[in-house]
Amino acid sequence: MRIQVAGQSVHAATGAMAINRPEVADAPLVVLIHGAGMDRTVWSHQTRWLAHHGTRAVAVDLPGHGYSDGPALGSIAGLAAWVGDLSEALGGPLHVIGHSMGAFIGLEAAATLGDRIASLVVMGLGAAMPVHPALQTAADDDDPLAADLMAGWMHGPDQKFGTNPTPGMSMTGTSRAVIETSPDGVLAGDLALCGAYDGAVDAGAAITCPTTVVLGTLDRMTPRRGAQPLVDALGHATLVELATSGHAPMMEDPDAVRSALLTHLFPS
Amino acid sequence: MVEPDHHRFDTRALHAGQRPDPVTGSRAVPIHQTTSYVFDSVDHAAGLFNLEVSGHLYSRISNPTVAVLEERIASLEGGVGAVCTSSGQAALHLAMATILNAGDHVVASRNIYGGSHNMLNLTMPRFGITTTFVDPRDPGAFDAAIRPETRLVFAETLGNPGIEVLDVTAVAEVAHAHSLPLAVDSTFATPYLMRPIDHGADIVIHSVTKFLGGHGVAIGGVVVDGGRFDWASSGKFPTLSEPYDGYHGITFTEEFGTTALSMRARAEGLRDFGGCMSPANAFYLLQGVETLPVRMARHVDNTHRVIEMLDAHDAVSWISHPAHPSHPDHELAARLYPKGAGAILSFGVHGGREAGRRFIEAVELASHLANVGDAKTLVIHPGSTTHQQMSAEDLASAGIGEELIRLSVGLEDPDDICADLSRALRASQKA
Repeated sequence: MRIQVAGQSVHAATGAMAINRPEVADAPLVVLIHGAGMDRTVWSHQTRWLAHHGTRAVAVDLPGHGYSDGPALGSIAGLAAWVGDLSEALGGPLHVIGHSMGAFIGLEAAATLGDRIASLVVMGLGAAMPVHPALQTAADDDDPLAADLMAGWMHGPDQKFGTNPTPGMSMTGTSRAVIETSPDGVLAGDLALCGAYDGAVDAGAAITCPTTVVLGTLDRMTPRRGAQPLVDALGHATLVELATSGHAPMMEDPDAVRSALLTHLFPS
Repeated sequence: MVEPDHHRFDTRALHAGQRPDPVTGSRAVPIHQTTSYVFDSVDHAAGLFNLEVSGHLYSRISNPTVAVLEERIASLEGGVGAVCTSSGQAALHLAMATILNAGDHVVASRNIYGGSHNMLNLTMPRFGITTTFVDPRDPGAFDAAIRPETRLVFAETLGNPGIEVLDVTAVAEVAHAHSLPLAVDSTFATPYLMRPIDHGADIVIHSVTKFLGGHGVAIGGVVVDGGRFDWASSGKFPTLSEPYDGYHGITFTEEFGTTALSMRARAEGLRDFGGCMSPANAFYLLQGVETLPVRMARHVDNTHRVIEMLDAHDAVSWISHPAHPSHPDHELAARLYPKGAGAILSFGVHGGREAGRRFIEAVELASHLANVGDAKTLVIHPGSTTHQQMSAEDLASAGIGEELIRLSVGLEDPDDICADLSRALRASQKA
């Protein structure tokens, strides 16, 4: 579907279920936000399932990513404000689910947008996300090496061998292709703003909405120990740790992530 | 310099797609000889049938043993995924059926396997899909043949039987300039010798029966999805970019993005046409893939020895292999195929059809049969076998003379291969 957000056309996947159907008017409005250099399809294990399980699911392509109009925005604060615009466009408070850079956006949005954010799920993040200089340099140069480095680092050991939950698919191959096909300059910009954002712990301390944190024990891009200051700041959050996941739990352990989302969105 | 943290090719040939079985500890890939899989719940079943969740539901659509082979080949080719089929021809059909509709047009190399030529030239027109055949050595010919209704460019990376070397990068650029995908049959090359996706191809097809399997014991095919072609923006592929009633209005590009092609090929193509690979065949073929790097290196070494012998033999009128300096694509092959341009070659025997017949009947070690890419050395006379359905005009157009012998060089001791061929060549000259 396409949504007009602050005058720009935004593309999103909704699991082929229209979100304006009368029978789901009161269903949770769930927005899924991808990470650096990625797009909506990182949520393909969750979007369609959520849409068929009592929610209105909207997996967005951030501005300048996927099929959304550009340009890409240049700060986590700017992207959080954009989530506020998205909330107005969709007409309701949002349950935000964010991965990596998308998790930072969710944190900042939940800390600053008040009751426009109904709840938050974040995964694949630390209290900070410093970017390896070699990755940033390759991304700055639009060198395919950047996609190769990220695809190699973002998945756990099992996924490096394969055993994709989707029969016949290569997880590292898919991640590499998604990053490779992002518009020139987008990954470099995303990585730079991830590295520059230092507000995660403060945002965590300010968040009052229900929050779930999903962490992969084998995450090498944002190691588990690096998330602890944020987990401590969030205080009230539910913590879900996945023993065989790396940086992308929604792809690596989709069943566990769906289960965590179900518990989070429908706690009773 | 920081290196990407991926296992290298030879390691992936052995391990990609599999971890030891968590229940039994089985190190080898188990043969999951089952038609179907028990659902966790009604909701789980509904989710599988509606593409909400991933997993196996029926072995026509996916199977754990077959999935290991698919993921392994996808990894070796650098694709996003793969779908295995009952044969290489089923793979070509699956790729076309997934993206083409009646009224669509294909531009294809004229120097392709006879069975593929038949499918494109004779069979697909019955379903409203037509093909224009062009010289694979001329990227401009592909460009000139593209029409408004063209939806696919197709060629073999190493042509059959002349081993024409496709300039994958140049032809991919032609296709992409028209917002069209390039599909290649890379059976003769295998990913060990050349990875077409790295050079711009969008779909890679194999007869896994051949070098990937390598032992001549099982038939199979595969479609590898490169994942880089923008099916939605081209506006030409409604099966991928428009809602599909078969799964409650799903739009494959919207939901799956880079994997749209392989998801639809499996969800529709295997579901409806049913050209799936059996788990037993997947197991046999996996045994071959595990040794692909060492086998292909030996195939190529033996081929170079055979070329040297043929080059010096009085009964041989010509040799067609990119390693031979006389081959028109010798320099291109050196660039695209630094490890060698495969183990299939053709040559002419002085004396025409009769001499060719005598040669075939005189070989003792090499086997006369309709296959290539076996561990054993194979010979055939295409004009009377694999390409017999082609008219004399089409044969000539494809560069197949009556004296042509196609040779698939095996893994025997190269001295024995050369001795057998040399003896048969001498016999071919005795009227």
